[in-house]
Amino acid sequence: MYNFSYHKPSRLEEAVEILSSTEDAKILAGGQTLIATMKLRLAGPSDLVDLGEIAELKAILKKENNIVIGSMTTHADVAGSEIIKKQIPSLAHLASEIGDQMVRNVGTIGGSVANNDPAADYPAAVLGLGAKVITNTREISGDDFFTGMYETCLLPDEIITSIVFPIPTRSSYIKFKNPASRYAIVGVMVAETHNSVRVAVTGAGSSVFRVKAFEDALGTNFSSNSIANLKVPHDDLTEDMHASSFYRAHLVNIMAQKAVATAK
Amino acid sequence: MSVSISFKINGEQKVSEIRENTLLVDFIRDSLKLTGTHIGCDTAQCGACTVHMNGKAVKSCNVLAAQVDDADIVTIEGIASTDGEMHPMQEAFRSHHGLQCGFCTPGMIMSALDLAGRNSSLDEATIREGLEGNLCRCTGYHNIVAAVKSGALNMSKNTK
Repeated sequence: MYNFSYHKPSRLEEAVEILSSTEDAKILAGGQTLIATMKLRLAGPSDLVDLGEIAELKAILKKENNIVIGSMTTHADVAGSEIIKKQIPSLAHLASEIGDQMVRNVGTIGGSVANNDPAADYPAAVLGLGAKVITNTREISGDDFFTGMYETCLLPDEIITSIVFPIPTRSSYIKFKNPASRYAIVGVMVAETHNSVRVAVTGAGSSVFRVKAFEDALGTNFSSNSIANLKVPHDDLTEDMHASSFYRAHLVNIMAQKAVATAK
Repeated sequence: MSVSISFKINGEQKVSEIRENTLLVDFIRDSLKLTGTHIGCDTAQCGACTVHMNGKAVKSCNVLAAQVDDADIVTIEGIASTDGEMHPMQEAFRSHHGLQCGFCTPGMIMSALDLAGRNSSLDEATIREGLEGNLCRCTGYHNIVAAVKSGALNMSKNTK
């Protein structure tokens, strides 16, 4: 790993100040992707700004009809949170299936969302549950946040402070995972709110996406049967050693059906 | 360039100067000379480097030593009692033949302790799921699962 300057600010303003005054600084959240990437010298930031000391970024609370999760909340804390298990069980379940326990004890929701790995789980939750990403300067709709493979609309000196998930009437996340890495080969979040249904897919393409045809069909009739015969075009889906694009298209449909059947 | 870290290791408070890019596992092995924590894959997959950081299992090859400033670290060397009696989980691995070459064992035990701490009763499925992040290339896992089940049971008896 190349060396770097290490900063551990205790206030958000300090972190922003370091990021905006340094040429090639990176934010260190849990580091479960970043440190591995730096070890391979695929990343060599001049500075690391560790957000681990900023207390305000670690909280889970219910605010009106939303669950607000601080960006430095670990996957293990989301998976084990009584309030999330009660209000959005699909989200607690999703977090409980990320990587392994040691990764979940350190990795954070903010880090995962900002990294936008095409096979990560959280992007499906943000898009599927219609969440908002809150940064130090603005609120970003989940629909606008993810812009491409490993890309988001975040600016270099912008820090995610929390993510606001509206509580759905029912939802479910089902993934077909790679048994070794536990990344999603295909993962589907289905969520029903009072007036709409959202379906978000991770693992299948270059970035998380919604399936409008499923959403329309489920909006009329929320049952697995209503989407059973709807095909997802495979042209733009990922094709790799784990699964062909045809197979991924098939899995999107099957995982979506399972999610609908298990939504609660 | 260096940073100063203050931390607790196996109950003992220490202060060290480290280079910023030092990994926790290298710091534990090379500076603290606690070589029970192993480096297997060095890519955060095999779990041989598992230690406890503030009571939670982490893969020390994927954490910076700088991140443990103010933290409480426990390694495999820190779990037996001071008179040398093995921890119930270590004893269970011995009595159930839960190891062969032993390379993965420190990580297995540190993960198993995290798992036992979070679950009052451990069935086979929970144990296998909980040890997802630890790879063993010798045993086929069967005896490891039996060891963890028995170790966790003995731990809960000891606390009653």
